[in-house]
Amino acid sequence: MQDEPSLSVMKPEHPPKHRKRIWRPRLLILLIPPIIWLSVFLFIPYVTLFINSFWKVDFGTIVHDFSFDNYKKFFTNPLYYGTFLKTLRIAAWVTFFSILLSYPLAYFIHFKIKKNKQLFYTLVIIPLWVSYLVRAYAWKIVLGQDGILNNFLLAIGIIHKPVEIFLYSPYAVILALTHIYTPWVLMSIYTSLEHIPRDVLEASKDLGAGRFRTFFHIVIPLSLPGVIAGATFAFVLTMGDFLAPQLLGGTSSMMVSNVVYSLFGVANNWPLGSTIGIVTLVVVLGILQLTHRLEKRTASFEDGTRGR
Amino acid sequence: MNPIVQLQNVEKQFGTELVVKGIDLEVEKGEFLTILGPSGCGKTTTLRMIAGFETPTDGQILLEGQNVVDIPPYRRDVNTVFQSYALFPHMTIYENVAYGLRMKGVPKSAQSQRVQEVLHMVQLESLGNRKPMQLSGGQQQRVAVARALVNNPKVLLLDEPLGALDLKLRKQMQIELKHLQQQLGVTFIYITHDQEEALTMSDRIAVMNQGRIEQVAAPKDIYENPQSKYVADFIGETNLLEVKILSHAGPGVVLDFLGKKLGGRMGNNQAMAERMILSVRPERIRVSKEVDPDWPFALSGRVEEMIFVGSIIRTMVRLTDGMQIFTMTPSQGKASLVKGDQVWLSWEEEDGIVIGA
Ligand SMILES: Nc1ncnc2c1ncn2[C@@H]1O[C@H](COP(=O)(O)OP(=O)(O)OP(=O)(O)O)[C@@H](O)[C@H]1O
Ligand SMILES: [Mg+2]
Repeated sequence: MQDEPSLSVMKPEHPPKHRKRIWRPRLLILLIPPIIWLSVFLFIPYVTLFINSFWKVDFGTIVHDFSFDNYKKFFTNPLYYGTFLKTLRIAAWVTFFSILLSYPLAYFIHFKIKKNKQLFYTLVIIPLWVSYLVRAYAWKIVLGQDGILNNFLLAIGIIHKPVEIFLYSPYAVILALTHIYTPWVLMSIYTSLEHIPRDVLEASKDLGAGRFRTFFHIVIPLSLPGVIAGATFAFVLTMGDFLAPQLLGGTSSMMVSNVVYSLFGVANNWPLGSTIGIVTLVVVLGILQLTHRLEKRTASFEDGTRGR
Repeated sequence: MNPIVQLQNVEKQFGTELVVKGIDLEVEKGEFLTILGPSGCGKTTTLRMIAGFETPTDGQILLEGQNVVDIPPYRRDVNTVFQSYALFPHMTIYENVAYGLRMKGVPKSAQSQRVQEVLHMVQLESLGNRKPMQLSGGQQQRVAVARALVNNPKVLLLDEPLGALDLKLRKQMQIELKHLQQQLGVTFIYITHDQEEALTMSDRIAVMNQGRIEQVAAPKDIYENPQSKYVADFIGETNLLEVKILSHAGPGVVLDFLGKKLGGRMGNNQAMAERMILSVRPERIRVSKEVDPDWPFALSGRVEEMIFVGSIIRTMVRLTDGMQIFTMTPSQGKASLVKGDQVWLSWEEEDGIVIGA
């Protein structure tokens, strides 16, 4: 599903300010198809979703009766807001672990490996060529009752009968999603490390800082834009993830998307599903806005120090 | 007094390529020494070895008499001004300059005083709160100098620090840097491939070519007494003639140039050989339509081209036997020569320097 996310999240563009806008008829004609496309597949669905979130369901049919009941329900029923909070927590853990894994790896590949740097980089990135679904299933094989992990532990005698908790737990979901998003985060961090000029690191050493202080005072701050971009990516995509909890999470680790899915499907409660969708959307947009700002603040120096 | 920096037979090899081929160099305390050479001759590599960013594959580097080859850059009392300035983009100008003090553990209050002092020195006191991106190229350059000077280094290394500036700013910064150096008495090792810059700023110039230092001398000396063909050709302009030595008395020599007798003197530290090179600066050559009886010798030729360059005139003369010689004379009201004129050339024995081929 999310195998080819747009890279625009990772590389924020700095639009030139104060550019004069010139409206020409030809330009307008050119813009018509994308506008239609966006309206049909983006604006209209979102507006519909938004409107839907205020209706009610009565015996399986939607009643067009404006109210905030769905929102009230969402914020008072622990099934809904609890799941939402749990999703935030899982996303936070996935983000945390992805950074924890990929930062040292990116640092190591970029600074420590002299020969075959490209090869190592590619090795880390290779999982991206495998479909999301396959990677998620792979974890099922590893963690399942008759899975590799259980068999291994049985063989070396740490456990005496297969353990169930590996699979169908939030840990499995966090593990799988961390595995799935780490390459993306790594790419983003690696790129930002690559952009630090050698001279700047040497200047730091020249001025009396050893390797560690150079790392803390120079490398970390200068790679922050990459960390933020990667973190945003992992966080937002985990927020919307649906397959990993479905395959690996079991009922106790349902995430927001699963709830929405069942509301739209089995429960046939579109209005409440829409409400949860809208809340998620707002939160995600808020996060994107926040990180975008952070990133812009830290990224303003990425163009180097020379000239203007 | 002992030299502050000494390079002894320093070599550097990258893979199979020998980039620096055994350099010996002594830099005196408080001196402004310039390493001058063409692109790729190993200047930056040499400087990086002094700073500690590269380890020599052979030889020794002494700082105040101590071998520093194994001392990492952050523990050497030398600082570098990078060609790219290498300012820390996420820090303000103040923080950039204070960085060196912070790393040395100087207390905060003393830091601020010293930073102000150094910023004042480069006339940037008012810009402490800006980020490097908000400064012009010239201002960034000054910050780089201030940052490198903040710890009172024993030696300041500068790698083409003015390379990125336009000509006018460059000239101005040359003077400012020179003044700063004189005022502080800090030893400067300065890299450039611009000979004019080297001649105006330096106490001594080390001319480098293909990984070797060809000559180290004061600017005037290096111009007047080049010790190799390369130096004669690289510094200023010159005419190089292939000659044979006929006889010599003291420093003066009588030379044979394609069957004609010429005068010259032996260059410093030159071994006599059968074939030598005679170097004559264009402005030392006299050109005239008639032979002056005082001239020790005269070569005949024909004016091939005259180029008016404002204050001087460059005259190309084709000698009767085919070689082209060019001369420079101050331009006077009326041109005394025109293209095609038959002329005679001569120079003082003093001005013809004989060096090894
Ligand atoms: N890290 C390195 N690995 C391999 N070769 C190198 C390395 N650094 C420099 N060289 C080579 O050493 C030679 C001299 O380089 P250096 O940078 O010292 O020249 P330079 O005199 O400073 O030239 P320029 O005036 O262009 O800056 C060049 O041929 C360069 O390719
Ligand atoms: Mg260089």
